[in-house]
Amino acid sequence: MEEKKHLLEQLHDIQDADKNHHLPAKKVVELSEKHGYSPAKVYGVETFYTMYSTQPRGKHIIRICENQSCHMANAKCLVHYLESKLGTSVGGTTTDGLFTLELSSCLGMCSVAPAMMIDDVPFGNLTEDRIDEIIDSYKEGK
Amino acid sequence: MKFYRMHVLVAQDTRSIMAGAKRVEEALNEEIRLAGLEDEIRVIPTGSLGFSDKDQVAIAIYPDNIIYCPVLVSTVPEIVKEHFLKGRVVKALAHPMEQKEVTMEERTSENQMNLDVQKRILLKNVGKIDPENIQEYIAADGYIALEKALFEMTPENVIEEVKTSELRGRGGAGFPTGLKWQFTRPNPGTEKYVICNADEGEPGTFKDREIMEGDPHKMIEGMIIAAYAIGGTHGYIYIRGEYALSIQRLQKAIDDCYEYGFLGKNILGTDFSFELCIHAGAGAYVCGEETALINSIEGKRGEPRKKPPYPPSEGLWQKPTLVNNVETFANIPAIISHGSSWYQSIGVEGSRGTKLFSLMGDVNWKGTIEIPFGTSVGDIVQNIGHGVRYDRQLKGIILGGSSGSLLVPEELTTPVDFHSLAQIEAGPGSGSIVVMDETRCIVDICLNIAEFFRHESCGKCTPCREGTAQICHLLEMIATGNGLPEDLEHLEKISQTMMDSSFCPLGQTAPSVLKQALKKYHQEFIEHIHNNNCPAGVCNMNFTEED
Repeated sequence: MEEKKHLLEQLHDIQDADKNHHLPAKKVVELSEKHGYSPAKVYGVETFYTMYSTQPRGKHIIRICENQSCHMANAKCLVHYLESKLGTSVGGTTTDGLFTLELSSCLGMCSVAPAMMIDDVPFGNLTEDRIDEIIDSYKEGK
Repeated sequence: MKFYRMHVLVAQDTRSIMAGAKRVEEALNEEIRLAGLEDEIRVIPTGSLGFSDKDQVAIAIYPDNIIYCPVLVSTVPEIVKEHFLKGRVVKALAHPMEQKEVTMEERTSENQMNLDVQKRILLKNVGKIDPENIQEYIAADGYIALEKALFEMTPENVIEEVKTSELRGRGGAGFPTGLKWQFTRPNPGTEKYVICNADEGEPGTFKDREIMEGDPHKMIEGMIIAAYAIGGTHGYIYIRGEYALSIQRLQKAIDDCYEYGFLGKNILGTDFSFELCIHAGAGAYVCGEETALINSIEGKRGEPRKKPPYPPSEGLWQKPTLVNNVETFANIPAIISHGSSWYQSIGVEGSRGTKLFSLMGDVNWKGTIEIPFGTSVGDIVQNIGHGVRYDRQLKGIILGGSSGSLLVPEELTTPVDFHSLAQIEAGPGSGSIVVMDETRCIVDICLNIAEFFRHESCGKCTPCREGTAQICHLLEMIATGNGLPEDLEHLEKISQTMMDSSFCPLGQTAPSVLKQALKKYHQEFIEHIHNNNCPAGVCNMNFTEED
């Protein structure tokens, strides 16, 4: 019973351990069998929350915010800039498998909007130049 | 304990770390060691020092009461040699006084209120103590309230004290906290839960984060006292999965609490036991709604439940459950240790104590502020935010988040308290103040909010699922020059239907900014629709499908 309680955390664990940062269908089925859930129930849960992905993702996940404060600081242009720089649209992964670009709801960094996170690292006061700098540093294998 | 003649506090909230605070801390330690001062000066990480709108590292020097900002790795040697070694303040780097007014607690005494309308109770320790060191919290009178509650008060006394303090919930609805506790206590059961709602996801809100990153023990102490009062056995902090630093600091704080006997079995040697753990969310705004949050902890989709039954009688695993916001819990230690009559002396009738706000948008100074209830919105914008940026005209203010309300400049004299704000159909909501200047287009702002809610609607009930999509579509049409005169009526109708018939507060409040915008900025919508003109020049009015 105790283990059943924390499905979300178990999904987090599976995803964190996966090298493609996603929830492999096989693992999810195993998890549901272990707890006596139907796979559909677990699938329902994993697709409800935006931080989980059923599709393999890149090495780094870029989450850029487009809500109120970031929107007022021109985040839309930066999303387009990132899309063209990475050569993929929101939700997609670069061909070299290095980045997946996602939108995020408010990251709570409104005072330094526009903001994004790459994995667990936050970046604020973004400009096109800042983005170049950041993306290049990740490409160089920071 | 070792004695140091000087303490150097390095701000290490998320933003400061982003600006290189950890490298500055390393450089400080290295330079201090080179200067041979390591036994005299101690470097300590702390929460935000209030310079939250810049990508800059700030440090505070005590007892000298000097703040340096910005501090770069390259400027560290000069500060160490001149100030720490020779005692000469490096004036070029020391921060101007007016910013210090905002950050230094000693300047927030009553007689300074004109200069600085802030009053720090909740943020008293933020920027002063090391949030990862429980001893510093204890030295700042931490866990005294818990001790007082456990040894001098019965659970009923605690509830009575919170009730008399007139503390109201800080999550948005403003329900009297003491009453909620009172409802939860008598419900039978061997297991009772205390949940801290730290799922701060309202766009434009980051005030809870300031507490979690800068003084995590304060809210934990509040939770333990709440558990004692209602007979709680287990606690959860439900926190956004994206708040990595908050999760890390809270976990450290919880681990230390277990080690010091503030959590676990027989707390402080009494027969009161309470277990606490963190539960990270996975990205769903609706989980800020208490029953959706409870479903999420149970490992389900975060959809809200039917109420009643309310959580105090039937919550997590059908057991009695108390859910309060981070800021609400953070108020508790001060109420218990100083008493409810002290707390009642702050603020105004019906709204006691202080309130945190995230101040942002088109103002000169942005960040988290703490004001006593009763301060006017205009005071906040002018005296704390230092006015609208670039000397532009104020257009309006979004108060209380995307699901909050819209204030026009004429309403700025309104005091921030539950009663006065209700008169203009507003409320403190999630605790955010977004200032908009004259260059903002109201249609564009409403569309952005609508897009957010379309994405975040959980889809359980029709008015919200369909309503958010319809509103979004209509606003898109208006913002691209394809709006029709009858669209405004449709927007009005859909908004009202959502407010009346949505299942949970998400759908009920999603159209509130739009509804007020339609009334208060009516002419601007008309301009878009009838004259194909965006007065602020933001919307691309000649957008067609081919574009």
